[in-house]
Amino acid sequence: MQTQETTRPIVSSKAKRSRTKRQFLRDNLVLLTLTLPALLYFLIFHYLPMFGIIMAFKDFKYHLGIFGSEWIGFKNFEFFFLSNDAWRITRNTVGYSVLFIGIGTSAAVTVALLLYEIKNRFALKYYQTTMIFPTFLSWVLVGYITYTLFNPSLGVLNQVLSFFGADRVDWYANPAYWPYILTAVNVWKTIGLSCIIYYAALMGIDSELYEAAKIDGANRWQQTKAISLPSLLPVITILTILAIGDVFRGDFGLFYQIPRDVGMLYPSTDIIDTYVFRGLRQGNLGMTAAVGLFQSFVGLVLILIVNSIVRKLRPENALF
Amino acid sequence: MTKRSLSLRNPVFWVHAFFILFSLCFLIPFLLIIAISLTNEEEVLRGGYSLFPFPLDFTAYRVVFQNPEQIIDSYLVTTFQAAFGTIASVFIMSLCAYPLSRQSFRWRGPITFYIFFTMLFGGGLIPSYILITQYLNLGDTVWVYILPSLANAFHIIIFRTFFQGLPYAIIESAKMDGASEWRIYFQMILPLSKPVLATLGLLGVLARWNEWFTALIYIRSESLYTLQYLLQRILLEAEFIRQMASEAPTGIDFGVFTVPTETVRFALAIVAAGPLLVIFPFFQKYFARGLTIGSVKG
Repeated sequence: MQTQETTRPIVSSKAKRSRTKRQFLRDNLVLLTLTLPALLYFLIFHYLPMFGIIMAFKDFKYHLGIFGSEWIGFKNFEFFFLSNDAWRITRNTVGYSVLFIGIGTSAAVTVALLLYEIKNRFALKYYQTTMIFPTFLSWVLVGYITYTLFNPSLGVLNQVLSFFGADRVDWYANPAYWPYILTAVNVWKTIGLSCIIYYAALMGIDSELYEAAKIDGANRWQQTKAISLPSLLPVITILTILAIGDVFRGDFGLFYQIPRDVGMLYPSTDIIDTYVFRGLRQGNLGMTAAVGLFQSFVGLVLILIVNSIVRKLRPENALF
Repeated sequence: MTKRSLSLRNPVFWVHAFFILFSLCFLIPFLLIIAISLTNEEEVLRGGYSLFPFPLDFTAYRVVFQNPEQIIDSYLVTTFQAAFGTIASVFIMSLCAYPLSRQSFRWRGPITFYIFFTMLFGGGLIPSYILITQYLNLGDTVWVYILPSLANAFHIIIFRTFFQGLPYAIIESAKMDGASEWRIYFQMILPLSKPVLATLGLLGVLARWNEWFTALIYIRSESLYTLQYLLQRILLEAEFIRQMASEAPTGIDFGVFTVPTETVRFALAIVAAGPLLVIFPFFQKYFARGLTIGSVKG
């Protein structure tokens, strides 16, 4: 910089241009070095595993390694899609995602609208803090809580049932209960946070709208229907659409820690992610890698579709 | 606003009533776990889990504190990987995001795409597992907690967006004065970015403090367990002990000689998870901000 300062008057414009060009390149190289650690990280931990998906087309054996194992074409996929598991885990994964989007969103919006009616600052803070608490819990700790409720011999729910003279229920032996349990647990854990998002959107509404409605004689319910809900609609739409991009992925923690990996519950609790985990444990790597690739691929297609929809509806919210 | 009395006629009364019940759904589970850890073991086995710890009994905590080695190990491992992992990760991510925020950076587009693409597609668990255990030999080491989760494409994008909002003129003038890019990053960008550093740093600490998945997949040595994974093993294994006890021939008195597994399990949960659960809600504001930018872009 200093030399450039002093020599400026004598250099020709051509030399100056090549110097600024060189300077530009040098600046870019320095900036590039700042990104290098992260680039290296993504290369090793994200791009190398992408090449590892060739495992899905091989009969993987540990002692032969990825490159030494025998090519078997689409056999792994064939084996998976012809098994009963394929339909079960796909149905469960997508079904639960859709259930969580529907019930989770309606619950969060309802609670946010109710919270909006609370004007007492202390009460508001208290309600919000208790609701957000599960966000800080790991699924392991949520697993402790559900276990105190559902433990067949000591659990609270069975105590309540026998108090009212009803028969005790072995919750961990009957898959029929689990769609309800998992949905309730998921809503319990996530409602605090989504409620904050919707509440923030409500806080952004111009209060003059409500004043005007009041003058026109609208009651609170009419105001909610005509002002609050329509104002939330864009947020609801965008969050729902983004969630649809993720329907092929389940929360491993929820589906592993809460049903405690009990085999008898698999018909209603097994999702792609838990299935892949078990495949890893059992050493069935080639087939499991194929399932993982199936999940990644469908996930990619879904995100691309969802993004093109978002780009049409609300370009500023599009991912790319 | 005019002050209205809370009467049964007032709908706000019912909204409050709803929320008081609703907040109990979130409080009672915690009180329940605390209560169980303070109850006498025989009482629990006889009457089941109860919210009321009568008679009050600290045996479970005594058992926990008489055998603290595993808990101390897990506390150390968890704290190390949470602190070191978060610091290293926030450093690398913000370092990478700074050039991406600069309009003049020539390879901005391709690098952003290179990073962003990892959000769309991945090899999945199995290829990563083979890579980490067979080729990088990170299995069953403390580094497996840190290296594979060192950066997150979405957080880099959040950093970049924040940096783009910084006044470019001050960077320009620092460059005029001959400051290097590294110096600009350390002495200007970082100090100006405290809000986003705090938010993403806290999110990193929370995620790493609650870490059990990596341990489940990669860790075999008990000395390398994180707290959450230790808790998970205890929840499953104490049950295993109880199963063995109920299957043993009758006539042996387990009452006095066995470790009180039911209550100890919950006392451990309190000792392992309690302290941070008390601290985290104080940072609620930062978390809420971080987690909500996590869901709505911008």
